[in-house]
Amino acid sequence: MSVRLDAPRAAWADRRPPAAARRLVSRVGTFCLVELQKLRHDRSEVVTRLIQPILWLVVFGQTFTRLRAIPSGNVPYLDYLSAGIIAQSALFVSIFYGIQIIWERDAGVLTKLLVTPTPRAALVTGKAFAAGIRSLAQAVAILVVALLLGVRYTANPLKLLGVLVVVLLGAAFFCCLSVTIAGLVLKRDRLMGIGQAIMMPLFFASNALYPVSVMPGWLQAISAVNPLSYEVSALRGLLLGTPTTLWLDFAVLSLTALAAIGAASALLGRLAR
Amino acid sequence: MAAGPDLGTVPAIDVHGLTQRFGEHVAVDDVDLTVAAGECFGLLGPNGAGKTTTIRLLVTLLPVQTGQVRIFGLDVRRKAMAVRRLMGYVPQQLSVEGALTGRENVTWFARLFDVPRRERTARVDEVLAMMDLTDAADRLAATYSGGMVRRLELAQALVNRPALLVLDEPTVGLDPVARDSVWTRVGELQSQYGTTVLLTTHYMEEADALCDRVALMHHGSVRALGAPDELKAALGPQASLEDVFRHWTGDQLAGEEKGGLRSVRTTRRTAGRMG
Repeated sequence: MSVRLDAPRAAWADRRPPAAARRLVSRVGTFCLVELQKLRHDRSEVVTRLIQPILWLVVFGQTFTRLRAIPSGNVPYLDYLSAGIIAQSALFVSIFYGIQIIWERDAGVLTKLLVTPTPRAALVTGKAFAAGIRSLAQAVAILVVALLLGVRYTANPLKLLGVLVVVLLGAAFFCCLSVTIAGLVLKRDRLMGIGQAIMMPLFFASNALYPVSVMPGWLQAISAVNPLSYEVSALRGLLLGTPTTLWLDFAVLSLTALAAIGAASALLGRLAR
Repeated sequence: MAAGPDLGTVPAIDVHGLTQRFGEHVAVDDVDLTVAAGECFGLLGPNGAGKTTTIRLLVTLLPVQTGQVRIFGLDVRRKAMAVRRLMGYVPQQLSVEGALTGRENVTWFARLFDVPRRERTARVDEVLAMMDLTDAADRLAATYSGGMVRRLELAQALVNRPALLVLDEPTVGLDPVARDSVWTRVGELQSQYGTTVLLTTHYMEEADALCDRVALMHHGSVRALGAPDELKAALGPQASLEDVFRHWTGDQLAGEEKGGLRSVRTTRRTAGRMG
């Protein structure tokens, strides 16, 4: 061994542990940074994950714009659909974070993370926002494709900042929902089945493809309790200026994300055992 | 300066009446252990003996059901976060993030252990150099050999300058050269810096060479405890630590009883990840 440590023992003793709030911010920042580093090393995932949203926009969006079958108010259907596709893409990215955490459990990475001075809620929040970062990368790519297809979005920086927050909150909720299910089922193959089973119903029972007003009553009721609907409404309101109650959208997204973080944190210990 | 335990006067590990049940199965049965600060202590035993469960209790991964565990005087039940700040932990599996470089893997843990920003780069460089990984530091960890991955994990575990290093079968699945490389570094760390080391291993000759004392576990309880030379001498003049192991475990084939399949899966997974 050629290099000696300067202070071999207990470097923890020469400083005070950070306060809980600072530690939470630090951990979230760390997990987001790690996610960005992973994205930087392997950009192919963003590209491959972009194929499906492009198909939705180019094939479904352009066709249904011509058909004029779906009422989209005073915005072209392609514009209307694009906000839904951003939310869909964030959902698809986030919902499989539970599989990632089971993989990390099996590989021993989760065990090591749980032995660091990181409270479980901070670890889950970090993962949730890491999912948000990956979803944002996807959202930016979809926005660029949509702009190339002629969709007109707002250029208001505050509204774009709002879009960023909405995508982060939505991704945080679906990531934590997935981690919660992972904490219940504990096995990768079971979670994959459940993930596939809930993904499309969540998508179709939202306003991502069509307005709530054209849904049958029972579907409207489901849509009203589906956080994806609030995410899509907020994205449309911010990007296209369609009518929505933004405070309600943000409140629902924030509260559901907090609840999901709580549930996932409570069940994380089951994965470690 | 934050108040903390006096590392010189309290035992590094102090375990009393530790019992852990999984349903009807008693994985750890009334274990008492004391490990002095600066000691290298080996926890030995066949698969399913309760070594890994004991370690998981010590490192706060499992909540303590019965008994008391203190790390440098801190109760793991009440001071889990403070206990974690004192420790570096290397689990059985090769557990680095392959999609990050070696340097990024270590920096990740430096951040999670709140290594101050102004020291972080130097500290990361230091442990990478210590594990002879400087040249490979900017390569993706997915391209590392098994021995390099283990050394990278040691670098991650050392970046917070732990007072206690916990190694759960750190050489499982490694070839003899890589094993030797890992033990050389652990030995140097322990002898040069007085870091307390708690390890489990299946390789008796390695435990014999490295550990100041060992505890032999079987069916969840400690069957023999002492310096390897004492345990060997108690059995006979020519006895090896492997003979001591066989004496106390009844020559039981590893994995025939509890925990066998899980252990085989873990080993296979580890071997698979190393290619």
